[in-house]
Amino acid sequence: MRVKINGKQEEIQETNLLDLLKAKNIEPRMVAVEQNAKMVDRSSLMNTRIHEGDEIEFLFFMGGGSETE
Amino acid sequence: MAFTEEQLVRYSRHIILTEVGGKGQKKIGQAKVLIVGAGGLGSPIALYLAAAGVGTIGLIDADVVDLSNLQRQIIHHTSDIGRPKVLSAQEKIAALNPDVQVLPYQENLSAENALRIFSDFEYIIDGTDNFPAKFLINDAAYFAKRPLIHAGILRFEGQIFTILPGASACYRCIFPEPPPAGVVPSCQEAGVLGALAGFIGTLQGTEVLKLILGIGKPLTDRILKYDALRTQFREVPIRRNPDCSLCGMHPTIQTIEVQEQPVCEIDPASSLHT
Repeated sequence: MRVKINGKQEEIQETNLLDLLKAKNIEPRMVAVEQNAKMVDRSSLMNTRIHEGDEIEFLFFMGGGSETE
Repeated sequence: MAFTEEQLVRYSRHIILTEVGGKGQKKIGQAKVLIVGAGGLGSPIALYLAAAGVGTIGLIDADVVDLSNLQRQIIHHTSDIGRPKVLSAQEKIAALNPDVQVLPYQENLSAENALRIFSDFEYIIDGTDNFPAKFLINDAAYFAKRPLIHAGILRFEGQIFTILPGASACYRCIFPEPPPAGVVPSCQEAGVLGALAGFIGTLQGTEVLKLILGIGKPLTDRILKYDALRTQFREVPIRRNPDCSLCGMHPTIQTIEVQEQPVCEIDPASSLHT
């Protein structure tokens, strides 16, 4: 089905968000996932179905800046 | 307090802006901004805020300048290697603009000192590298009710957003807790383009000046992502999470927690160079 991932149109086979992360080789603990502008709880990734036309956003942890603290 | 002749000239390009004017420039002069981390992000933030005439700039960083910092931490010079970053930065700010009072804190931000230090400032800017610090800053800004400009950078990408505690989505609305140690690469292992730090830090400085002046639309409830390789910006809408453990309907975090693991480090013995 056709979905938008991080703003780009893609054709995917996966039907739930956890499978999509696996297919993209993304470790679920390093990302926050939004589906149609709504944050998906990490524990419900497997049970969250993907629908045609969904807009999916991966937000990655990013450090950067200063090295202390 | 009236401007001196010298200040009228120094800030003339601000004062001429309708949205700033003499009134706005006075607001800038009375503002108190805390920059956590005097590194890659903190350097341009501190320099631009100093140039803008921000009255009080707090700098917190326990580290000393290292040769590998100079590729991006532009407030420090080669002759500063081995010197405390907050003192190196304080000198550059004083040389740039004597109107600015600098409050240097040569220590790490901790659960013990965060609220005390934050309460002395009106705005907080996150220029830190690691996730325990980023969560600590988010939580402390929430409890101290201080607007926070958050940012992160890695390789050729950066992201930034503004948090108005209790009014807009916070860091924990997106990321409920820090990633486990070793899962997310640090800038030390993955690298970062120096100019990217300057760019994202400059955006942070711009956002805090907007808040001080009360102009424009703050970068709240949306994350601005920047991809330097493609020269592309994306804005991702985010919402307050009603289940957020900090700012949600039934918060489980009632006080500042000590964050355990140094997530961004691989080798705890070596210092990180973001």
